[in-house]
Amino acid sequence: MPAKEYCRPDPEELLRRIQTQEATEARGRLKIFLGYAPRVGKSLRMFDEGRRRKTRGQDVVVGAIQEKSVGDVEHLLGEFEILSSVEAILARHPEVCLIDELAKENPPGSRNPHRYQDVEDIRAAGINVVAAINLQHICEQQDAVERITGRRAIHAVPQTFIQSADEIVIVDVPPEQLTQHGTGTLTPAQLSELREVALLLAAQVVEHQLQVYMDAHGIMQSWGTQERILVCVTSRGSAREMLNSGARSAKRFHGHLLTVTVKTHDLERKDEEELQENLDYARQLGAEVHVLEGTDPITEIIRFAREQRITQVFIGHTQRKSWKFWEQNHVDRLIQAAEGMDVRIFPHAGVQPA
Amino acid sequence: MEQETPRPATPRGKLKVFLGYAAGVGKTYQMLVEARALKKEGRDVVIGYFEPHGRKETIAQTEGLEFIPRRAYEYRGGSFEEMDTDAVIARRPDVAAVDEFAHTNAPGAERLKRWQDVMAILDAGIDVLTSLNVQHIESLNDQVWHVTGIRVRETVPDWVVGDADEVVMVDVTPRALLHRLERGVVYAPEKAASALENFFTESNLTALRELALRQTAHQIEERREDLRLPQPVKSTQPLRPERILIWLTAHPSTAMLIRRGRRVADYLNSSCTAVYVKSAGDQAAIDRHLSFCRNLKIESASIESNDPAKAVANYARENGITQIYVTRNAPDVQKLVQLAKDIQVTIVAERKR
Repeated sequence: MPAKEYCRPDPEELLRRIQTQEATEARGRLKIFLGYAPRVGKSLRMFDEGRRRKTRGQDVVVGAIQEKSVGDVEHLLGEFEILSSVEAILARHPEVCLIDELAKENPPGSRNPHRYQDVEDIRAAGINVVAAINLQHICEQQDAVERITGRRAIHAVPQTFIQSADEIVIVDVPPEQLTQHGTGTLTPAQLSELREVALLLAAQVVEHQLQVYMDAHGIMQSWGTQERILVCVTSRGSAREMLNSGARSAKRFHGHLLTVTVKTHDLERKDEEELQENLDYARQLGAEVHVLEGTDPITEIIRFAREQRITQVFIGHTQRKSWKFWEQNHVDRLIQAAEGMDVRIFPHAGVQPA
Repeated sequence: MEQETPRPATPRGKLKVFLGYAAGVGKTYQMLVEARALKKEGRDVVIGYFEPHGRKETIAQTEGLEFIPRRAYEYRGGSFEEMDTDAVIARRPDVAAVDEFAHTNAPGAERLKRWQDVMAILDAGIDVLTSLNVQHIESLNDQVWHVTGIRVRETVPDWVVGDADEVVMVDVTPRALLHRLERGVVYAPEKAASALENFFTESNLTALRELALRQTAHQIEERREDLRLPQPVKSTQPLRPERILIWLTAHPSTAMLIRRGRRVADYLNSSCTAVYVKSAGDQAAIDRHLSFCRNLKIESASIESNDPAKAVANYARENGITQIYVTRNAPDVQKLVQLAKDIQVTIVAERKR
C-alpha cells in the first residue's frame, strides 16, 4: 500500500467535518447527467437510470420533464408517476425523484424562482434526485459555449450547484452521431469543442470530489492526475521565457499554473521593480502568484510545492556567482530536494553555449 | 508475400475506441449497442472477439450478431483461444467488434498483441469497434501505478490510440460501479470481494476516472487540431518548436523517463528522440530501453564518448534540441546541468508510491 501521510486534523476541524457529514447524510443524494449539446441523450440516460432503480425496488417518480424531449423518452415516461410541483413531491416523499432540465425557470408565484432551487428543497427533505443538464446551461461555462457556438442560453445554473452533486456522469457520444440525426446548426467542429469543454468540466468536478474525499480521510498525497506547474521567479533570469513556457504547458495539459517568489530584503530598487514586472506578467498569463518569506528560498519553495501538489517545477540558472551559500548551487539543491516532481531548469537569458 | 499484380489500395478501416476506467463500466456493452445499431442501419457487422465474463446484460446485446469462431492455440500442453484474425479478414464484413484492445495473445499466435490484430483488420479496409481501459495506455502507466499501486502489464502504445478515428468515453460513477460489483454483475462473488478490497476503492476509481476524462478530452483536441490549418501565431514572441531529447541510460527508472518524455512531447506537439552513450555498462538494459523506444515510435541514436554528459550536451546543441530529458538517477546529472546551461534540462521525477 502507498505510504500515505496521515495528518491528524485538529478537534474543531474534526467537529466541523462530522457536522457536514451528518448534514450530508440526512440530505438526499444528487446525481447529474451532463450533456455537451442538445440531443446527446442525457434525458434518456436519466430516465433509463430511473427505470433501472425501479426494477431494483426503489420508489421512483418524475418531478419535471423537458417538454421538447417528450418524443424521445415517451416510452420510458409511461412507466413513472409524474408529479408537477415541489409541494406534491415533498408530500408524496418518494425515494428518488427524476428532474430534467435543471436550468428551467419556474412560473411566477412558484415556491422558488429556479428549478435547481427546488432540487435543494427536495434534497433537504431527504429525497434523492437524479437530474440532467446541458453544458450551455451552466453559468461559468456560458462564455466558452458562446465563443464556440455564437449563442448564449438565457437560463443557467451556477457551477457551485453542479459541484455540490454527489455524482456527475458525462453523456459522451461522438459528434457525427449527432449530426446524422440532425442537431440544428452546430457543425462537427463546434460539437467537438463543446464535447472537450464538457469532459474537462467533468474532470474538474471529479478532481474536486477526490480532493474532498482525501481531505475527509486525512490523506495527503499528490496524485498527479492534473498537471500543476510551479514557476520560480526572481528579479533576474529568464522569468518571461519560463512563464511563457509554463503557461503553454498548463494550457496543453489543461493544468494549473502557479508562480512563486521568495522575498528577500536586500533587493536593490531596480531588482524590486523587475520582480514586480515579472509577477504582473505572471498574473496576466493567468498564474496564481504567491510571495513566500523565509531565510532559505529552496526550503520554502519545496515546502510550498509539496503543499500545492506540484508535478513540475521550473527554475532558472543564476548568472552571477554569489557569495551566498544557497545561491551557489541552488539548482542542485532543488533537484535533490524535489523528489516526486519534475524539475525543468532554464538557461539564464543571454547565456552562450559553453 | 509477393504479389504479381498490384491490387488497388483499399482505404484503411476506421477505428473507434470505447474508453473506460475499470472493468464493469460498460465498454463492451456500449460497443455492442453500437454494433447492433450499425447492423440495423444495414451495415455488415460481425463480432471478431467477445469476452462474455458471464455478464448477462452484455451477452444479451450480442443477439442477432454473427460471431467469427475463435482459433485455438496449443502451448505447453494448454489450449488457448484467440481471435481468428485471418478468418475475420477473409469474411470481409464492413465492421468488426473486437473486445479487449490491450489483450496479449497466447504464445504461438501470429501476433503478440490484439491491437496488432486490429491493425491488420483495419489494413484490410474493415472498420473496427474496440474496448479499452485508460490504465492500459502506455504513457499513463506510471501515473496509474502511482494512483492505484498497480503496475499494468498489458499496455497499448499511445500512437495506436492517437491514430483511432474516434474515442468515446464510457462513463459511470465509481459509486454506481461499486454497486454493480457488489451485486455480482461484474465478477463472481469471491473475485468481487478481493477486487473490492484491492483495486476497486472509491479513491482509485475516482482518480482513474479523472484520467480517462482528461485523456478523452486530449484525444478530441488532438483530432480537431489535425483537421485545422496552421494558425497564425498570435504572440509577439513566437515560441520555438520544442524538440525533446531523452538521455537513455541503463538505470531501471529509464522506462519511466521514456514514458514521461513521450507524453510531454505528445502534449506539446514536439519531436522526441532518444540518445545513449555507448559504454561498457549494461548493454542488455540499454537494448530493452531501445526496444521500448521503438514501440513508442521514438527514434534513437548512439554516441561514442568517454564523457557522456559532455557528449549529450554537444549532441543536443548540434541537433537543435530545446529540452533534454534525464532521470534523476542517471550518473552525471549535475554535470549535464552545468554543461548544458544554454539548454533546458528536465530532471524527471521517479514517482514512487
